[in-house]
Amino acid sequence: MLDRIRAFFAKRGVLEVETPLLSHASGTDPQLAFFTADYHAPPSTHTLFLQTSPEFAMKRLLAAGSGSIFQICKAFRNGEAGRFHNPEFTILEWYRVGFTLADLMDEITALFDDLFEGTLDLTVRSAYATVFAQYTGLDALTFSHQAYCEVAQRENLHDAINLCGDNHALWLDFLFSFCVQPHLGHNALQLIYDYPACQSSLARIKADNSSVTERVEAFIHGIELGNGFYELAYAPEQNARFEKEIATRAREKLPPAVKETRLIAALASGLPDCAGVAIGLDRVLMLLMKASAIADVVSFDISRA
Amino acid sequence: MAVYSTNEFRSGLKVMLDNDPCTIIENEFVKPGKGQAFNRVKIRNLKTARVIERTFKSGDTLEGADVVDVEMQYLYNDGEYRHFMMQDTFEQYQADAKIVGDAALWLKDQDMCTVTLWNDAPLAVTPANFVELEIVETDPGVRGDTSGGGGKPAKLATGAVVRVPLFVQQGEIIKVDTRTAEYISRVKE
Repeated sequence: MLDRIRAFFAKRGVLEVETPLLSHASGTDPQLAFFTADYHAPPSTHTLFLQTSPEFAMKRLLAAGSGSIFQICKAFRNGEAGRFHNPEFTILEWYRVGFTLADLMDEITALFDDLFEGTLDLTVRSAYATVFAQYTGLDALTFSHQAYCEVAQRENLHDAINLCGDNHALWLDFLFSFCVQPHLGHNALQLIYDYPACQSSLARIKADNSSVTERVEAFIHGIELGNGFYELAYAPEQNARFEKEIATRAREKLPPAVKETRLIAALASGLPDCAGVAIGLDRVLMLLMKASAIADVVSFDISRA
Repeated sequence: MAVYSTNEFRSGLKVMLDNDPCTIIENEFVKPGKGQAFNRVKIRNLKTARVIERTFKSGDTLEGADVVDVEMQYLYNDGEYRHFMMQDTFEQYQADAKIVGDAALWLKDQDMCTVTLWNDAPLAVTPANFVELEIVETDPGVRGDTSGGGGKPAKLATGAVVRVPLFVQQGEIIKVDTRTAEYISRVKE
């Protein structure tokens, strides 16, 4: 699988890079918990963070003029363990300078066609709101507490009402995870685009429609495989999103994050227009091997590491 | 009592949910790459034996339940309660028909069984996997029949009715699997 991926990008002239796993700054996403390590440089000790993805470092390379790049590396997410999660996992992440999100979706499709050698049906592309309405009957872009509660009742997911309250983004996570995602990508790659703006993360808000965002997710057999963006390049906006997430972390009493100011500086110096995506390779390998859990395709999962 | 977080939920863990003791059957971690982590948990209510599915935010906690399974000897039925005794301390417990439930069909005086205690009071009774009971009523078998045929119903000393091969006679003792209520074999005296 790794050989094929490298050959795929070599043919397309995308440069393989390697960036540090340890960084002085962390991701700020309140949904991602990081690992920390002590760096002893007598007389002082610094806290370093294991990356949750190579995104920040790779964007710094892009801003420095690297052109299109890809990387296969380890990423670390604290507390994530289960059938489809291991706290240490392998990511394939790539960025294409000058690509739009549509171009990127074409390339994701081409890569999966190559990896799965035609064993999958034709790739399906759907807008988030379309599949959300298809499986829940709800409008993903407009929040109605009453309508969302009724669906939770109907789907026997009563816990959602207490857990999600008035939080639209949380409701979307909940209903998408349990009512929509299991249906996605039946023996095919399914790409979901036009995510609601409240789920934008590091993507750009669409220029012609501010209610959705330039983000794409890939699914096969109801398993989420990757996440891509038309990358946010505007430094002040990125800075504002970081600040917002740091404030959220403080409010929810999560471990404080250290803002990646070097990324902000890199964006300020100019990130070329580009699209990028990260794919969880352990899950792809699982599907290729028809395995039922990540533990079956890695040498030693966290419980045996 | 200890408090358990969702990532400690393992099959067999006993916790309190909605004021009832429950056991965890299955726990699946569900997390979108850029979203909230949830745990979808299958839980059996130990009082009603009903299995329900609940969803928690990852990191949420439940209080542990003081539930233990203890091997006890079944003593006798006084009409209202059945009485059980711990083998090492000779301490006795009583349980009504609601708690004993279907286990009553397999309990013979002096037999060993498992009593589930919650806060030191019986919550459920599980008979041994295999019990030996006498047939008190069944149609006479016909000579020459082998175990191949369809079988016939036989009523056991405890009141349970199981299907037995045609050659098995009234008054005989048979071994039964209590989990499936199936005949296993005859028991030679």
